[in-house]
Amino acid sequence: MATIQDIEIPDSAARTARAVDELPDDVGEKMVLNMGPSHPATHGVLRILLELDGEVITKAEPDVGYLHRGDEKIAENMTYTQFIPYTDRLDYLAPLANNVAYALAVEKALGIHDKLPPRCQYIRVMCCELARISAHLLGLGAFAMDTGAVTVFLLTFTEREKIYNLAEAASGARLTTSYTRIGGLMRDIPPNWCDQVRQFLKEFAVALAEVEVLLTRNRIWVDRLRDLAVISKEMAVDYGLSGPNLRGSGIEWDLRKNQPYLCYKDLQFDIPTGSVGDCYDRYLVRMEEMRQSMRILEQCVDKIPGGAENKSNEPVNIADGKVTLPPKQKVMTKMEELIHQFMLVTEGMNVPPGEIYFGHENPKGELGFYICSKGGGVPYRLKIRSPSFINLSILGELMPGAMVSDVPVILGSIDFVMGESDR
Amino acid sequence: MTSLETAQKLKAKFGDLISEPAEFRGEISVKVADAEQIVAVCEFAKKQLGFDYLVDVSSLDNYGDDPRWTVVYELRGLASGCELRIKTDVSEEKSELPSVIGVWRTVNWHEREIYDMMGIRFRGHPDLRRILMWEGYPYFPLRKDFPLAGKPSEMPGVAFSKPSPMEGGPFVTIPSTSSSTAREPRVRIPEN
Repeated sequence: MATIQDIEIPDSAARTARAVDELPDDVGEKMVLNMGPSHPATHGVLRILLELDGEVITKAEPDVGYLHRGDEKIAENMTYTQFIPYTDRLDYLAPLANNVAYALAVEKALGIHDKLPPRCQYIRVMCCELARISAHLLGLGAFAMDTGAVTVFLLTFTEREKIYNLAEAASGARLTTSYTRIGGLMRDIPPNWCDQVRQFLKEFAVALAEVEVLLTRNRIWVDRLRDLAVISKEMAVDYGLSGPNLRGSGIEWDLRKNQPYLCYKDLQFDIPTGSVGDCYDRYLVRMEEMRQSMRILEQCVDKIPGGAENKSNEPVNIADGKVTLPPKQKVMTKMEELIHQFMLVTEGMNVPPGEIYFGHENPKGELGFYICSKGGGVPYRLKIRSPSFINLSILGELMPGAMVSDVPVILGSIDFVMGESDR
Repeated sequence: MTSLETAQKLKAKFGDLISEPAEFRGEISVKVADAEQIVAVCEFAKKQLGFDYLVDVSSLDNYGDDPRWTVVYELRGLASGCELRIKTDVSEEKSELPSVIGVWRTVNWHEREIYDMMGIRFRGHPDLRRILMWEGYPYFPLRKDFPLAGKPSEMPGVAFSKPSPMEGGPFVTIPSTSSSTAREPRVRIPEN
């Protein structure tokens, strides 16, 4: 049997009495409220210590780390390819986008990021945009539900289900997609996938309009969101916010436009920005981003090289035996391919010594990977710049002055995911 | 102004303190020779060169080399689109450098994370506590001499006071501070 450890149970009554005695008489009575780590509005395991004066928050201290799994340590102990499944579990609301971000970072370290076949680039862009819609839909649904509008949640989850089906058709898994490989993709999209995307876009446009009707001019929604938790431009930049939170404060910065990667420079889309920087602006930015993602997807299904069925046999992987796995048939019949396959599987691809940082515009903000390589198939150091972690650090500044009932609204408008924040 | 020009301006201002800009995959890195000067360098980069946005701060453990630690700052100017990487070395005996929280407030959590994971202290940080690991945890897990499987510590991983109803069952891990191999149900031999 395992030994049972004694834990000391503090005498909380005595401690409270002592704390009250220590208080100077002229200080108003403050209450410390512990919110989380498991609370429906914290979307995971975020804990916030709120100091309250009546119903007004006077101090807020976010406490993260409950979902820490040591991804960065794990990455130092495996090859680059083996780490791909771990990226699914970072922002688990947008695994496809994480896969793309990580693959692009390693490809940058290898120096092959601009040699990707065009078909691969288009498929990756479609994956990213589907992930963006999916993540925003969950964020919006949960946000509205915490604020009291449950109908929106049902609508957005119906649409998310369709995105999951698309992800399953492409990669074989709904959540743990691991769809990208270094230098390409796990496989090409199935022949009727583009039609399914078209069908989804048609249905989604209707659902999004319905959500818009339910929320955007809804008196209760607007009253609760407007002028709450205003983030000024200077504050947003100083705190390093990214994604819709940065753009909601009126800063036009989007890595897809400012540092274009993949085929984003061939596609037309706009960057929505807010004007005030309150919760309502952040909501509006996310709504518009979904519409822009639809626009990108529509262009992609029309322009994808090789067409939906890939009749011209466009490759989706880089033809470099030292990076991507050779076709199985050649492995069985040719010596060189057999050696490549063996070396890739046992040692991994050889990343030259050096260090790179690659930032990717993920639904929650800028997901970045800093890779330091000393050569060989295993990173010496892999640092994940997680947008949720950095976006959460502003909470301590944002919450004081708000009411307790505003907390779910503020958390919903920041839109974070703890799997990514804690890594 | 390109990223390389900003690095050269930094070098012109600080002279020998800044190394020759190195380029790899289109990214510019410079090294600051003395970690104590990092605040002055960062302040100049922000005020004069327009690097208003701090993207990320990471840390490296050059285990076996001296100096052991490297702290890496990723800078970006939102107006110019320039990016610059500033690195600085810290020796193991010292394991301390000044905090740049007066320059960018976003480093608050970055520096806490580096302290938590590597054990490098930031002088002048207002609230240097552990952030991802729990308060009182005795090790620094991202150091190269920390094993992947972890080390047992005095603190119980799980707060519990009595056995759970299914404890000892075939598929239930026994809560304890022993290693995961010992707790793993598949390799555990029933005791009676």
